[in-house]
Amino acid sequence: MQLSSKHLLGIRQLTAQDIQLILDTASQFKEVLQRPIKKVPSLRDVTIVNLFYENSTRTRISFELAEKRLSADTVNFAVSGSSVSKGESLLDTVNNILSMKVDMVVMRHSATGAPHFLSKHIQASIINAGDGINEHPTQALLDAFSITEKLQSLRGKKIAIVGDIMHSRVALSNIYLLRKMEAEVMVVGPPTLIPKYLQEAFDIRVEYNLLKALQWCDVANVLRIQLERQNQVLFSSLREYNLAYGIKKSVLAQLKKEIVIMHPGPINRGVEIDSDVADSQQSVILQQVENGVAVRMAVLYLLAGQRES
Amino acid sequence: MKTILNEHHLSLTIQRLCHQILENHLDLKDTVLIGIQPRGIYVSDRLVRELKKELPGQPVNYGLLDITFYRDDVRKQLLKANHTNINFTVENKHVILVDDVLFTGRTIRAAMDALLDFGRPASVELCVLIDRRFSRQLPIQPDYIGKSIDSFQSQKVKVFWKEKDGAEEVVLM
Repeated sequence: MQLSSKHLLGIRQLTAQDIQLILDTASQFKEVLQRPIKKVPSLRDVTIVNLFYENSTRTRISFELAEKRLSADTVNFAVSGSSVSKGESLLDTVNNILSMKVDMVVMRHSATGAPHFLSKHIQASIINAGDGINEHPTQALLDAFSITEKLQSLRGKKIAIVGDIMHSRVALSNIYLLRKMEAEVMVVGPPTLIPKYLQEAFDIRVEYNLLKALQWCDVANVLRIQLERQNQVLFSSLREYNLAYGIKKSVLAQLKKEIVIMHPGPINRGVEIDSDVADSQQSVILQQVENGVAVRMAVLYLLAGQRES
Repeated sequence: MKTILNEHHLSLTIQRLCHQILENHLDLKDTVLIGIQPRGIYVSDRLVRELKKELPGQPVNYGLLDITFYRDDVRKQLLKANHTNINFTVENKHVILVDDVLFTGRTIRAAMDALLDFGRPASVELCVLIDRRFSRQLPIQPDYIGKSIDSFQSQKVKVFWKEKDGAEEVVLM
């Protein structure tokens, strides 16, 4: 029983069995998190560095809590205030940290493929916490975990991913994962935010009308409009985006069923999702955050367990 | 392969263990039984069933404990984690840990660590169906023993249960 890879670079590199193993293990860790003492000694002898070259709240805190609740030793690294500003390269920085006997690296980087590059040059296990516009595997895993909690399984379920598909690593990881687990996927958003060959590449549906997509799906995973990644104008204004693609009570009221609303955070309230929807019973946004710790514990535990094999 | 306990013998042994537990814990009010996953729970399931027969109408505090995350050999092999279900506090309770085979004692060591994360019990006892004598690697001894056996390190003791394996017996392999 182990994962097929010593790194978690992306969902792309995982098999369906790997994904199932992580989700099963995560549900056991979720129980650990309900205990009076929410901590197990499994990774007592493991040291993990959290290397965040990009801003993060949820992911960084979630990883750090997961590490602490597994009893691992952790080191945090933030780019500002480090020697990166003196011009040290990524590989040099990591090699210096690893020479202080660190076993695993959790990293987020704005360059697509940065963790893949590192994995070719170092011994330690690497966990991708988001690289550029490529993947954010632990987010997809926790989304999948949250969906199975609500709907029992992924197979045959209809998931709509709404919004900025082009710039979103959450979208790509989710698409890989959901297709590997035999769920049906639809992406919906303005044509300018949906890459051209997505439909053929993944055998998924593409829709430009929000209402039609919501009528089709069981779960809507609403993505954040990434203001920091828009160097060109891909839609005319935030207000117009909200009118056409924002998730509102009035749109949900037109459906004949209650769908599950998800969002990876941080939320732009009043842009991709309205406050009354984000805070409603239908939304599982905070459960996603809660599940994130359990899922990351599972990933760290499973990767640490095969260091020596 | 040698049969140590057959089906009839096994059910008599479970009944005896149940009576021995009751001798020490007359009304079970402050006593909790905790079966150790994955295979101890079949013993504890049966013990609880017998205890309920002896004390009709009396609730029996019963939980399941998985010790995978507390093992001392995480780095050697990964085992599949099972479900833990202890929906009461063990604070000031008399806990009886239940497992099928006691061999090196390492599982019980991990189980005690895990148990303490649920509170501070008044006492902890150990009940095992099969005690493999003279094979302990840690100073752990059972309080209730179904059957003691002598065996080589290289041998295996396997307990089969109807609901899991189709047959019900204990064999030495």
